[in-house]
Amino acid sequence: MEKRFGSVKENGLLYVFEHFVDAWKWVFAVVIGAVLLYTPKFSFMTPANMRIVIMIILYAMLGMGLNVLIGYTGQVSLGHAGFYGIGAYVCALSMTKLGWSFWPALVAAGVFAALIGLLLGLPTLRLSGTYLSIVTLGFCEIVQMILKQWESVTNGNYGIRNIPKPVLFGMKLDMKNGGVFYLTLALCVLTGIACLAIRNSKAGRAFMAIRDDELAATMMGIRTARYKILAFVISAFITGLGGGLYCVIANSYIEPTSFVFNTSILILSVVIVGGLGTVRGMVFGSALLWLFPQVFRFLNEWRFVIYGVLLVLMMQFRPQGALGWQSTLPYKLSRPTRRLLVERGLGAYIPGRGKEA
Amino acid sequence: MQTLLGAIINGLALGMAYALIAVGYSMVFGVLRLINFSHGSVYAFGAYMVYFFVSLKVGLFPAILIAIVLSGLLALTIDKVALEPLRRKKSIPIATLITTIGMSFIIQNTLSIDYIFGSEKHGFPSLNLFAPIVIGNITIQSSQIIMLVVAVVLLLILTFVVQKTKIGLAMRAVQQNTKAANMVGVNVNFVISFTFFIGGACAAIAGALIAGYYGIISPSMGSTIGLKAFSAAVVGGIGMLHGAVVGGLVVGVAECLAAQYLGSNVRDPMAFVILILILIIKPTGFFGKKGITKV
Repeated sequence: MEKRFGSVKENGLLYVFEHFVDAWKWVFAVVIGAVLLYTPKFSFMTPANMRIVIMIILYAMLGMGLNVLIGYTGQVSLGHAGFYGIGAYVCALSMTKLGWSFWPALVAAGVFAALIGLLLGLPTLRLSGTYLSIVTLGFCEIVQMILKQWESVTNGNYGIRNIPKPVLFGMKLDMKNGGVFYLTLALCVLTGIACLAIRNSKAGRAFMAIRDDELAATMMGIRTARYKILAFVISAFITGLGGGLYCVIANSYIEPTSFVFNTSILILSVVIVGGLGTVRGMVFGSALLWLFPQVFRFLNEWRFVIYGVLLVLMMQFRPQGALGWQSTLPYKLSRPTRRLLVERGLGAYIPGRGKEA
Repeated sequence: MQTLLGAIINGLALGMAYALIAVGYSMVFGVLRLINFSHGSVYAFGAYMVYFFVSLKVGLFPAILIAIVLSGLLALTIDKVALEPLRRKKSIPIATLITTIGMSFIIQNTLSIDYIFGSEKHGFPSLNLFAPIVIGNITIQSSQIIMLVVAVVLLLILTFVVQKTKIGLAMRAVQQNTKAANMVGVNVNFVISFTFFIGGACAAIAGALIAGYYGIISPSMGSTIGLKAFSAAVVGGIGMLHGAVVGGLVVGVAECLAAQYLGSNVRDPMAFVILILILIIKPTGFFGKKGITKV
């Protein structure tokens, strides 16, 4: 290891660690993937534990959705529970009232949330920073009001019951056969891959340019308004999908009080504690925030106090989040760019190659 | 007609109390450009302190006085312990935001621990100190009149402090430009601490007034009212005292009217409906000035 990655003393622990993980990434992926696929079969996976694991995966996905907005684009939303609730209700209603099957209903949940995200993104043309956060906060409360007040459709405070289970190739996915787990996992992994792809795309670079300096981004010819709205739409779409998933997870029953301000704060905490702008951080943050109250059950009511202390301490000593380090890996150029450089005899300039050559 | 008038009077009394809470948000936002999410829990803490000292039989007014001082000190401690180190480190704005949320978690959940106060609701001594006034068909509770009068007097005192005293001048200077204020010899950290103290004290008074009006307290009483008062502050124009008053009144009256004519579910979100409308039409609020672009 010393030879390949240099010594810890010379390059720093993070450098060695990251290059080690990068070199063995396929092995890691296979091992983690095998463990995850086997998860529902473990003997300690009681229904209660299973539920927590599923919630961790769901919130990792919600975190990734919010991360597109906060981590990449730097726009703080305090109202993602609104999109989450819209997703859940659209999915549940199109299954119970329109008789759709789960899959089109899930897509509808994402698309509808994205449309609302487009509408909510429009004020970003006029507002920025704190004021934008306030609008999103109000948005969440208004969604809450509509869910409670529009009784003929949403059944008001009583919520929606008897939401059918999704069926895949004639097999019903539920808690018992682990189908819900695999469904959540698959969507979360897809979201993670999509987020990494967005990050490395033209849009992703535009997002990050806006986050770092909006004025400079404008001067570089980036249409900032358009990209900010796009970030809102993508973020709302992912969160809406998460909401659609939630109505499968939540024992076929949803009610408006699951989508309140505190839910927004939980999603936000996942992003902040895990590590702004990273995908790995979302998984870690979600696991930490869901496992914390479980592991520290013996502290009874004190655990929520300690949860607050944890947030405060985290912001004092590691505001970038637990896993929010800047990557030391060389920047990966796209394949066409690399080929072009090699063709012109500039292969040595490809990041990460020069050192070895 | 009488229900309309009744709702408006309800709204005015409640709105003045909202204004008292909104002042705390507004002033802190003015100096730090920060939404202080722990403010709602300071308000709850104030109400609980009144409850606690009343149960120790020290009398209602001494209890309120002690609660005011304690809440002010709590708000100041939040700033000193959690926010000032972040300012010194020049940390990102969202870190400060999350810190205030964490602080509110700590306060609210400490209040709801069983052998402290418990998560259940408690009865609160009524502030109906004299007989209700009856004009025609409308009855005005004495707690509403007390709420209105106390809030108006306090806000007048506060306006005097901000406009006419030396510390008020320093506060306005810090609001306009922290760096420049520091250069001309204003002790910025002291001004910020003072702002937090005043905000906490006002929140405690509002806590006593509103709890006395409803006759009930619970650890989570601050979360919704906190958000509503915050929207009141933004609606009026954040950073402005008279803005907080007008915003508070608008929100108070609107929510009482909504509860009367549209149903009780509309009551709480009304504040946010107004908030979003205002932010889209005039982002700086009724009285706000342009140029607040710092995050």
